[in-house]
Amino acid sequence: MNPNPWKAVGLVANREISTRLRNKAFIVTTLATVVILAALAILVSLLGGKDKPFTVGVTSSTSALATPLEASAKSLDIKVDTRTVDESAGRDQVAAGKLSALLVGDGSTVHVVVHKSLDQKLGNALHVLAGNLALQQQVTSLGGDPAAVRAAIASASVTTDVITPPHKYNAENLVIGIIAGILIYMSLMLNGQAVAQGVVEEKSSRVVELLLAAVRPWQLMAGKVAGIGVVGLIQMVVVGGVGVAVGLATGALSISASAAAGTVIWLVVWFLLGFLMYALAFAAVAALVSRQEDVNGVVAPVLMFVIVGYVLGVSILPSDPGNGTLAVMSMIPTFAPTLMPMRLAMGGVPAWQALIAVVGTAAMIPLLVWASGRIYRNAVMRSGARIKLRDAWSPV
Amino acid sequence: MDRLEIDHLTKRFGDVVALDDMAFEAYAGEIFGFVGANGAGKTTTMRIALGVLAADRGEVRWAGKPLDETVRRLIGYMPEERGLYPRMKVGEQLIYLARLHGLSAPAAAAAVDEWTERLGVAGRRNDEVQKLSLGNQQRVQLAAALIHDPQILVLDEPFSGLDPVAVDVMSGVLRDKADAGVPVVFSSHQLDLVERLCDRVGIVRAGRMAACGTIDELRSGSTDTLVVEVAHAPADWWRTVPGVSLVSTEGDRALLSLPDGADDQTVLRAALAAGPVREFSRHRPPLTDLFRHLVTGGAEPDGGPSESEPAINRQGVSA
Repeated sequence: MNPNPWKAVGLVANREISTRLRNKAFIVTTLATVVILAALAILVSLLGGKDKPFTVGVTSSTSALATPLEASAKSLDIKVDTRTVDESAGRDQVAAGKLSALLVGDGSTVHVVVHKSLDQKLGNALHVLAGNLALQQQVTSLGGDPAAVRAAIASASVTTDVITPPHKYNAENLVIGIIAGILIYMSLMLNGQAVAQGVVEEKSSRVVELLLAAVRPWQLMAGKVAGIGVVGLIQMVVVGGVGVAVGLATGALSISASAAAGTVIWLVVWFLLGFLMYALAFAAVAALVSRQEDVNGVVAPVLMFVIVGYVLGVSILPSDPGNGTLAVMSMIPTFAPTLMPMRLAMGGVPAWQALIAVVGTAAMIPLLVWASGRIYRNAVMRSGARIKLRDAWSPV
Repeated sequence: MDRLEIDHLTKRFGDVVALDDMAFEAYAGEIFGFVGANGAGKTTTMRIALGVLAADRGEVRWAGKPLDETVRRLIGYMPEERGLYPRMKVGEQLIYLARLHGLSAPAAAAAVDEWTERLGVAGRRNDEVQKLSLGNQQRVQLAAALIHDPQILVLDEPFSGLDPVAVDVMSGVLRDKADAGVPVVFSSHQLDLVERLCDRVGIVRAGRMAACGTIDELRSGSTDTLVVEVAHAPADWWRTVPGVSLVSTEGDRALLSLPDGADDQTVLRAALAAGPVREFSRHRPPLTDLFRHLVTGGAEPDGGPSESEPAINRQGVSA
């Protein structure tokens, strides 16, 4: 009879999974995150994530302005549709909100009727229209050809030679990056701390002695980390997947489905790497104490790495996604799990940087398995006062 | 016969010597009582046997072979520090522990049914452990030690905190297990219980086995006492019997120490010759006395009166 050591790890992991999936706080947090993300996506789409075209009415005397208005709106990236109406009917439609504005007058000046106030964007378009109209009138009065002037202005441009083209970050990617950062931070905090609390729970309830009579310390530690990791992974896939799906479905996200999938995959990869790294460290330091109230103190140094990476990331990257210091930090294993997924979601990360971060963090894991395993093994059976790290490393 | 051998274990914690050449054996089918003052090394010995601690020197063997992981999973263990997951349900917790010990899922479920039934906590299977009374938690703890049909039982203070009914249930279970051929090793401070229940007893002092054997073997070498009350007899009537010495007197009652192998009937005849005998009882020293004698260091000569006298007196009166 030779028991398979991984069977015990599986049993331990299984207990962690079923305990955690039934934990009310866990369920509530996960559902709340999903709901908030979905609500956010719906809100974005409702608040004009997609610009609704303005509809401007023109009368028979101002209908000549319809085409120039659409052209000047287009130059400002504003969509304007025009409709020819009778003036009195048009005024009623403006009052009813069916028309954004009604162009009145004889067409020589820009004169609009609006309901309460002129929309700023539409106002800009009208302003350009008015300018063009004035210019056209002046050119005509000076005996020039307005069409030729317009063509000359249109073809005039600045020629720029760029030596290093910068990555063009768009606002949507920045937002996705921030959300990715928040998700991975939350997940590492919640699940990492769950590992620490689980270790101490076993110590404080003394059940660890009963367990260690049946399994080896490494099996207990590995099972715990694996079990909570699986739950965290499920959580990440569900939250990330639902968020992206709702975003795409509502139109809040206009990035391609493959780019969205890429973001979720990177999130999962970085959750796994980050969780394994931090959870192993959490398990080792938590084994040093025997009471739940001592957990916070002992995990604080490890937690600092998670928090520093996250806080620097969310406070600097949105305004300066190409920040050089953060680019360097995002390749250091201790900060990579929070910083790199944010940068990756924002885009413009050279492949070699992503590779260094992944390889470096992955290389930390076997190192931590060894070091944390040693500390955990030496500390987990010693109850009572907090054990010094040095004593746990090489017991007297 | 298979036996659990604790072979000269030594363990130090820093400057403290917890075990100093600890050695004894527990045979299959017997209940072995492990007694000693607090800090004598009982818990450390058990933890080493379970592989929860490592010995500095020495070895624990079962059936002649050093205990490895496979054998250790066959041990039923009840740690001194009681421990269960407080927020896990009784049934789930026991199934989990049984499976960690290698039982299949159906076998584990069947064992949980059997032991919770037997230990009287079947109705609490779906309750969280923390909702149970301390006594019921103890029963669950015992179930946790028995759930995987252990081939060896090592129980640290299994009787502490139990009500009298639970003590009887526990005693019955231990006896059944021993009868089924399992060596049962348990520690306890309840010496009357140990004396009643155990086939053999080991008395530990300062990390060493001070005495080990059946209660009768432990008694040999120590002298039996006689309580004799002879009305109106001269105070020194007992002097006519060679070898007998006086421990104490109380009115007409004399507490006499009888040398090993001496015939108590000779004393009775001498007493009858001296006057009417109102009381005559032979008193064997209880484990408590042997224990006191051994753990107080044996500094006093045999039969040292200061420690043993009150106990003998009390026993003598009731005899």
